[in-house]
Amino acid sequence: MSVGLAARGVVFAYPGGRPVLDGVDLEVAPGRVTALLGPNGAGKSTLFRVLAGLLAPSAGRVTLGGRALGVIPARERARQLALVLDPPALSFAWTAFELVLMGRAPHLSGGRFESADDRAHALRSLEAVDAAHLADRVYPTLSAGERQRVLIARALCQDTPVVLMDEPTSHLDPAHALRLAGLLRELAGQGRAVACVLHDLALAARTADEVVLLSGQRVFAAGPPRAVLTSDNLRAVYGVTARWVDGDPAALVVDGLAPAGPARQ
Amino acid sequence: MRARPALTPRRLWLWLAAGAVFAVGAAVLALFLGMPELDLGTALSDASSWQYAALHKLQLPRISQGLVVGATLAASGAALQGLLRNPLADPFILGVSGGAALGSAAVTLVGFGTALVAPLGGFLGAMGALLVVTALATEAGRIAPLRMLLIGVVFNALAGAGLMVLQALADPGAVQLTLMRLMGSVGADPSEPLLLPILTVASGVGLVAMLLSARGLNLLALGDDTARSLGVSPDRLRLVLFVVISVAVGATVAVTGLIGFVGLIVPHAVRLVVGPDHRLVLPLSALVGAGFVVVADASVSALAPALGTELPVGVVTALVGGPLFLALLRHRPTRVAE
Repeated sequence: MSVGLAARGVVFAYPGGRPVLDGVDLEVAPGRVTALLGPNGAGKSTLFRVLAGLLAPSAGRVTLGGRALGVIPARERARQLALVLDPPALSFAWTAFELVLMGRAPHLSGGRFESADDRAHALRSLEAVDAAHLADRVYPTLSAGERQRVLIARALCQDTPVVLMDEPTSHLDPAHALRLAGLLRELAGQGRAVACVLHDLALAARTADEVVLLSGQRVFAAGPPRAVLTSDNLRAVYGVTARWVDGDPAALVVDGLAPAGPARQ
Repeated sequence: MRARPALTPRRLWLWLAAGAVFAVGAAVLALFLGMPELDLGTALSDASSWQYAALHKLQLPRISQGLVVGATLAASGAALQGLLRNPLADPFILGVSGGAALGSAAVTLVGFGTALVAPLGGFLGAMGALLVVTALATEAGRIAPLRMLLIGVVFNALAGAGLMVLQALADPGAVQLTLMRLMGSVGADPSEPLLLPILTVASGVGLVAMLLSARGLNLLALGDDTARSLGVSPDRLRLVLFVVISVAVGATVAVTGLIGFVGLIVPHAVRLVVGPDHRLVLPLSALVGAGFVVVADASVSALAPALGTELPVGVVTALVGGPLFLALLRHRPTRVAE
């Protein structure tokens, strides 16, 4: 399962605009949880979409398992790379279980139907996000947090070596956010490469093996959380004061706005 | 055990068998309802009787045509709803049928002489309508569902005006014939025996392509990006389905005129019973739609003696479908507005 995702010199600009990403290098390694952090407008979401293959970089390249992402056939890519995006609105009465089961689609050839194994897989995926009791609920009746967990289960059901999540905790309560952190560690423990865009610095600090801190369309710093999420870096990038509190695990506490605000490059 | 059992091949075939029984039952019912004085024994055995002629020249072509038209409209509605993620999409409401009507009337009246080119004109009109309506309804790469419905309404009005212009300009005899056809009637035109085969092929191709797209339509429910990440190309799916729906609806409208709301009512009812999985919704809608149109058509012939004239079948489908559309619109305004 040792497939990783890597970006080399990635530049991205919307037509006629200035670059939103300007020479980004990063590695989403197997067996590791990588957190993508950065203030609003730093290019996190664009980087996520480029890594996910939803946007083609203007320059540079993204590789999945050593192959250029853009040349991998769609179905093959779908068996290697799963995405968790912001929960969409659905017009039809799909149940949570049916949506999770859609994660099996890339593994089914031709007109084959999902097997009993596939259905068991879907149920296990729902259990992993504490949502088994939602299986028969109709998606439009779920709360935002419940929807988010169902869509995370859908990505788990895809059973891919690489998993990318865009703000997977944005609608979750603290208990479910911590459970998700545990799940991310578990996925990495299985040898998967996991990357998340996160806003919650404390959650990133306790969960991630690697942190990529974006600022001004570039990677400002990358490495282990304690090395990257330093009070100097956080003041420069976010304009906040923060400190680490020793313990098991060590915790990052963001305690206020820095007097001078973020440094502007 | 799930609240709604998972879709297995067995469950699919059971539902389709039930749908087929419904469609065949509807056809048999239509045979008797549409021509109560028909004695089936004589009609089948005595080739020299008027009954035989009535069955083979009138009733059977009419019922076959009704089945094909109903299946096409219902499946096209279901596919459009999935494709546009809009439960109120329907070939009639979105202006696709209006475009097809204008296109088919235009090629017929502008003097190609034969009605056989009408399906081609219908296809061009339907495709044009779908492209224009979609393009105008797209905002920042996303289709705005309610705006699309509004544009469809406006497009229908424009197509209606276009038809009136044609009516004013063209030869009165040809106009009479074309307009009669566009009023929405599945009665086969005995002077054009090739229309039914053309319609059947166009619809058949469309139905097969829609069925092959069923899984992609399911995944599209999750949004374009997630569908892409599951190996589906939303743009290709949209293009393929737009073309085949235009071919099928274009031919249908060219041959039988405007029969509205079938594509709205039938998939909606089917989804209420079996859930939203397109692998089941598409074929079952086709079967139920086939039966629905045939029964609606037979009921207009059954009512003809009482009314003194035969109503177009489109009147019946609109009388059932119009109120249902309004009820749906009122029932779930937020979900549609998203």
